[in-house]
Amino acid sequence: MPTAETFAEKPKTLAELRSDLESGRTKAADRAASYYERIAALNPRLNVYLSLAKQRALEQALRIDGLAAKGDPLPPLAGLPVGIKDVLVMRGAPATAGSKILEGYHPPYDCTAVTRLEQAGAVLLGKINCDEFAMGSSNENSAYGPVRNPVDPARVPGGSSGGSAAAVAANMAVATLGSDTGGSIRQPASFCGVVGVLPTWGRVSRYGLIAFASSLDRIGPFAANVRDAATLLGVIAGHDAMDATSSEQPVPDYAAESDQPAEGLRIGVPAEYFAEGLDPEVRAQVEKGIDALRAAGCSIKPVSLPHTRYAVPVYYLIATAEASANLARFDGVRYGYRSKSSDTLSAMYRNSREEGFGAEVKRRILLGTYALSAGYYDAYYGKAQQVRRILAEEFLRAFAEVDAIVTPTSPIPAFKLGEKTGDPLSMYLADIYTVTASLAGICGLSVPCGTTASGLPVGMQILAGHFQEGNAFRVARAVEAARL
Amino acid sequence: MPARVTVEEVERVAELANLELAPDEKPRMVSDLNSILDYMAELNQIDTSGVAPLAQVTELAGGAGDLRTDRVRPSLDRAAVLSQAPETDGAFFKVPKVIER
Repeated sequence: MPTAETFAEKPKTLAELRSDLESGRTKAADRAASYYERIAALNPRLNVYLSLAKQRALEQALRIDGLAAKGDPLPPLAGLPVGIKDVLVMRGAPATAGSKILEGYHPPYDCTAVTRLEQAGAVLLGKINCDEFAMGSSNENSAYGPVRNPVDPARVPGGSSGGSAAAVAANMAVATLGSDTGGSIRQPASFCGVVGVLPTWGRVSRYGLIAFASSLDRIGPFAANVRDAATLLGVIAGHDAMDATSSEQPVPDYAAESDQPAEGLRIGVPAEYFAEGLDPEVRAQVEKGIDALRAAGCSIKPVSLPHTRYAVPVYYLIATAEASANLARFDGVRYGYRSKSSDTLSAMYRNSREEGFGAEVKRRILLGTYALSAGYYDAYYGKAQQVRRILAEEFLRAFAEVDAIVTPTSPIPAFKLGEKTGDPLSMYLADIYTVTASLAGICGLSVPCGTTASGLPVGMQILAGHFQEGNAFRVARAVEAARL
Repeated sequence: MPARVTVEEVERVAELANLELAPDEKPRMVSDLNSILDYMAELNQIDTSGVAPLAQVTELAGGAGDLRTDRVRPSLDRAAVLSQAPETDGAFFKVPKVIER
C-alpha cells in the first residue's frame, strides 16, 4: 500500500541537521533549495503547500550560512526547513485559512510562534494546506483541494492540519506548525505516522493564529520524532505580551525532560476509549504500546472518566458558538474577498460571506449562532460550559492518580478520500478521543505506534495534566523506542 | 415530543449570521439545528446545579486571569493594513451605502 516514491525517506533529526551545518557538510541555502525541489516533485500529487516563501526562506538561509562561515554559534533551529499551516500568519505571505474568503490576503504581521521559529534560525518554506478555518478532520474541506496522505495517496491525511502532518511524513519539511481545536494536530499525526503535539491551552501564544474557537485553539508542532517535537515546543512556548491568555509559567527544557526514562511513571488507561467502534488492528497496536510502557517500568492502571460521552455535545456547542463569533469578522470590509455586485452594506456582508465560505463553515456558523441567540444562550452555551467544568475536573482527579493517560488517537486508521467512514459509532468515538482533552485544556500528543497489517499508521494519544508536557514526552519516547 | 426547530427559526439564524441559505440548503440546516436540541437533551441529563461555567481553562491550571494594564501601545501600520482593503481612500475602508432608500 505505501508507494515508495512518495514516502521515500524520513527527515533527519534536528541534531543531525545541525551537525551537517556546523561541520560545513551542508549549506542552509543548498538544503532549502533541495527541499524546494522535493516540494516541486511531490506537491502536484499531495497538494500540501498552498504557497512558497522562497525569498524569505533564502534570505534566512543565507544569514545562517553567513554565521556558519564565520564560525559563529548557530541558533538552535539553524537552517531547519519548516512549513506553516495556513491559519498561521506570515508577513507578506498569503494566508488563506484554506478558504476563498481570504484569497489574496497578505497579512501585515507575523504569528508569534512563527517569529520565534525564525529567530531560532528556522527557514520558513511556505504555507500549508488545511481544512477551511481549521474545521474538519480529513483536509477535504479546503477550498484549495484536499491533501493526500503520503503513506497512501488514495487516503486522507486527517485534519484539519492534514497538510502539516503530510509535509513531515513526506519530508517536504523537517517540521511544521499546525493548530488543534478538537483534535486537528493529533489525529492527522496518527493518520500520517508522525508526532504531533497538543500543548496546554495558553502554553503557546495564539497571536497570529486565525481563530476558530478561542477557548480551544492551540498551536503545536509536528516532527518525525519525539525529541525534536519537544525541542520545537520549547522554542514556540512561553508568555507573549500580544496574547493576554498566554501563560506566564516558565518553559522547561522539554527535550531534556523527554530524555528522562519513563520508568516509574503511572499510566492511566480509560475503559471509555476502548469501546465498540475501535478498529481491532488499532486496538492491537495501542495495546502493544501499553505493553512497551509496562516493559519500560511504567505502572498501568485503569482510570475512569465517566462523563466522556458528554464531551461531544459540549464540544459542538462551544466550538460552533465561538466560531460564529470569530468568523463574524469576515465580511468583505477590511480584507479578503468582497462580493462585487452588492448595492448596500448588508447585502455586501451577506454576499461576501455566502460566496466566500464553504458549506461546512457556514453550517458551523449557523449552529453556533443558534446556540448563542437570545433566549438560548444560558440554556445551551451556558449549560455546555458547566458540563465542560465537570469534564475538566474529571481529568484533574485522574491526574492526581496517574502521570499520563493513554488512548488510541483515532479509532480508525486513515480512510479513503471521498469516503467518510460509514460507521457512525467510529465517527462518534473519533470525536470523543480528541475533544475531551481540548475541552479540559490539558496537553498531549500523538506518537506513532506501528501500523495496521496493510501499512496504515496507528497513533497512540498520550495526555498529561496542565503544563505537564514533560510527562507526555517521556512516555512518548518509551513508545517510540519500542519501534512497534 | 420536544419542540423542533422551524424553517422560520433557521431563516432568522441565517439573518443573524449574515448568511444566505439557498432553498435546498434549508432542510439540511433544520435537521442540523435539531441535532443541537438532541445534544441539549443529553446535557440536560446531567445535574449541574452549583457548577460554575468554565469559560477559560486557565483558572484550572492556576492561571492568574489578570487583565493587563490598560496602556496604549503602537498597533499595526495603517498603510500596511489598508493595503489589504478591497476598497480604500487611503484613510478609510470604503463600503457600499449603508441605507437603502
